[in-house]
Order: sequence, then structure tokens, then C-alpha cells
Amino acid sequence: MLYQQIAQNKRKTWLVMLSFFCLLLIIGAAVGYAFFSSSLLGIVLAAIVAAIYITVMVGNSTGVVMGLNHAREVTDTEQYPQLWHIVEDMAMVARVPMPRVFIVTDSSPNAFATGNDPKHAAVAVTTGLLAMMDREELEGVIGHEISHIRNYDIRLATIAMALTAAISLLVNIGMRSFWWGGGRRRSRNNNEGNSGQIILLIGSIVVVILAPIAASLVQMALSRNREYLADASSVELTRNPTGLITALQKIGNSKPMKQADSASAALYIADPFKEKRSLTHLFTTHPPIEQRINRLEHL
Amino acid sequence: MLWIIVIVIVLAIIAAGSYIGFYNSIVRTHNWTDEAWSQIDVQLKRRNDLIPNLVETVKGYAKHEQKTLTDVIDKRNQLATVPAANHEQTMAASNQLSDSLKGIFALSESYPDLKANQQFGQLMEELSNTENKLAYSRQLYNSSAVNYNNKIQTFPGNIIAPIHNFSKINYLETPSDEKKAPKVSFND
Repeated sequence: MLYQQIAQNKRKTWLVMLSFFCLLLIIGAAVGYAFFSSSLLGIVLAAIVAAIYITVMVGNSTGVVMGLNHAREVTDTEQYPQLWHIVEDMAMVARVPMPRVFIVTDSSPNAFATGNDPKHAAVAVTTGLLAMMDREELEGVIGHEISHIRNYDIRLATIAMALTAAISLLVNIGMRSFWWGGGRRRSRNNNEGNSGQIILLIGSIVVVILAPIAASLVQMALSRNREYLADASSVELTRNPTGLITALQKIGNSKPMKQADSASAALYIADPFKEKRSLTHLFTTHPPIEQRINRLEHL
Repeated sequence: MLWIIVIVIVLAIIAAGSYIGFYNSIVRTHNWTDEAWSQIDVQLKRRNDLIPNLVETVKGYAKHEQKTLTDVIDKRNQLATVPAANHEQTMAASNQLSDSLKGIFALSESYPDLKANQQFGQLMEELSNTENKLAYSRQLYNSSAVNYNNKIQTFPGNIIAPIHNFSKINYLETPSDEKKAPKVSFND
């Protein structure tokens, strides 16, 4: 059941990643067409920007993400013996190498994992998590993070972060050149052009405006799906659903984090900002905690 | 005629290739269980090394608990005499030791001075760490053994395994009173 779920998830993920990349190229074409009068130039630009971002992120995702979240590394067992031992335990059962361990100073309980592959992975927990959870609950949370590592969710999250960042950079470049004259040059040409060109131009601008929203929608859908899987895998490792369930309850009842990085929000075990679900489910990085607990209770 | 020979040779190569491939995958899953066992072994040794320190620390605080202490020492020495190759017997002795260790863990409740002792606290974290690691490596051993047994008991493993004397691996029993080893937490 779980293995089927993992396989299905991998297939779905490649589909999502592919559409993510297509989205990026379409946005590149739109930016190019609207602001540089050449969609080909835009596509090339988009591909180059994406390649640079992905290379940088994949090369040093741990450094980048930990820096963004003000995490400091735990280098010695003596500093946090219980945490260190639990990470060791979970890495052992999951058969992944021991990841690097980081601490974020924040009284809200939360945790995340990042990295490129299990050999270059890291987990981070907040000081609030350590203060609030007992051993079984910590095991549940760490098991969830180690499952992200084992299932290669960390690499996907990393690439998704890079692509989202690339899209927002492209949109920025487009907007800037629009204000600095690219757009005006374009509109002069339109006087002798036909109405089809104008429609294309307006379409391009709409794509550029909607692009960041679409990108975060894809990123969120990607992340939501994987949380359920990581919850289930965590229980497979610890053989103890109660620990994770009470941990999630405690996390659900606590205050939001003071300073989490919004680009890496999807990496956390639970939404660090605890935004109200006022819009739709589409705009959340995580499934509602009650629903996750409900699924765990019925495993 | 030539065609038939070519087809036969190709089929023979495919058959040999898949035979070798399957043989190797059996060996690989068998090695996983060996590796899991060596994890267990490491933890058993570590725990046996920690126990004398623990007994020394507790002795000073809990003079009237001689029975609990000697019980732990006995069980520890007993475990050391079990032949290492006998996995079931080793685990049975280890489970008994885990049980009597719980007696010492419980002592800290009736001796506040002991509970406050920093060295005792460290030893407790170390010991509960080894207990947990034991439980997890046993879990790993059993799940590896399931994989291996499935491989050699289903087709085509059930044909290949007897040829190379691969035999079923027995599972390690979890202590009957609970599904997992004692989950002791001293840091609340």
C-alpha cells in the first residue's frame, strides 16, 4: 500500500515538475514577447535563469535554506543528546545516512528537512519543539522529516523552490524593462500592427501577472500531497502513530513562528505561519492538521 | 539452421543473466539482515559496557536496592556467555536484561538525589538510547528477514535457494509485554 503510494507519488511528481517547467518557459515567452518583442529570447532567458537557480540550489541547498531560516548546526552529541540520538535512530531504520542536524531558535514547535539527496541532507528543529515534545513525539516528528529525505521529497522541494524563485526573477526583469521603456517601444510599433498583436501583448501581460500565483499553486500542491505520505512513512519507521498524532496536536495548538522564511514554508512539518484557511485549500502548503491526524488514526 | 543456434544462444544468455541477477539479489537481501544484526550486536556491547558505570553510580544512592543491582549484573553476565551466533538466544537474554534494567530506571523515582545526579541523568539517556536503538535495529532485522524470506520462498527463488543452500531466517521476537522496547523518557 505504502510502496504503491510512493510509486504513484513519484509519477505524479514528475508530471508536476514537467508542467512546472513548461509554465516557466511559457512565462519566459510571455515576458520576452511583451517586453523585448521576442518570445524566443524570453524562452532562452527563462531556461538560462532556471538552470542557474537549479544549479546553485542543488549544489548547496542545505547552506541556502539553513541560512534563510537562521539555523545553527549541532556538531556534537553532547549539545542535544536526545535529539541527536533520535535522528540517529530514525536514519538507521530508514537506511539513510545520518543527516546534519540544525537548531532554529524559535519558541513555536516546528521542524523541516532539506538537501539534495539522502547523502547531503539536513534536518532542523526549533527550540520550541525540543521543549514541548517528549521522546515518542520527537521520534514521530523526526521520522516524518527522515521520510522526506528517504522519499527524495527534499530534492523536489529544492527544485520547486529554485523554479519559483526563477519565475519571480523573470517577472521582475520583465516588469522592470516595462517601466524603463521596453513596453513603450513596443506600443509605438503597435500603431501600424494589427489587433491580433495587441491581444497577444495583453495575453502576455496577463500571464506575467498571474505567473507567480500559478507557480506557488503548483508548489503548494506538490507539498500538500507529500505531507500525508511522510506522515504515513514516519509511522512505518516508528511503528507508533500515537507519538506523531500528539505531536501534531501540540503543533496545531501552538503559536506561529516568529521568523520563518516564506519561500521555505513548504518544507516545514506544519505551516509555520498558521494562516487562516480563509481562501481555499489551494492556497495552503500543508493539509489541515485535523485531516492529517484523522488519516493517521485510520492507518 | 544458423538462426536456431543464434536464438538458442541468446535465450541461454538471457537465462544465465537473470539467474545471476536473482542470485545476487538474494545475497544482497541476506547481507541486509547481517548488517542489521551487526547493529544489534554493537548496541548489546555498548549496553554491557554502560551497566558497570550505572551500577557504580546507583550504589552510592540506593543502598537498600542490592537485589535490583545484582539482578542486573547477573543478567548482563549471562548475556555475555551466550554464543554470539545464536541470535534467538542472544535476544532472549537481552530482553531479560532490558526488563531488569527497567527496575533501575524506576529507582530514580524513589531516590530524588539519584534523579538529580548529573552523571545518572547522562547514563539514563545513554541507556535509553541503546534500548531504543536495540528496538529499532531489531525492527530493521525483522523487516530485512521478511524481504529475504519472501525472496527465497517465492518463484523463482524457491528453485534457486536450495541449490545454493539459502535457508529461511527466523524472526527475532519482540518482548511480549509490549511491542516496542521500553520507551523511557527522562527529560520531561
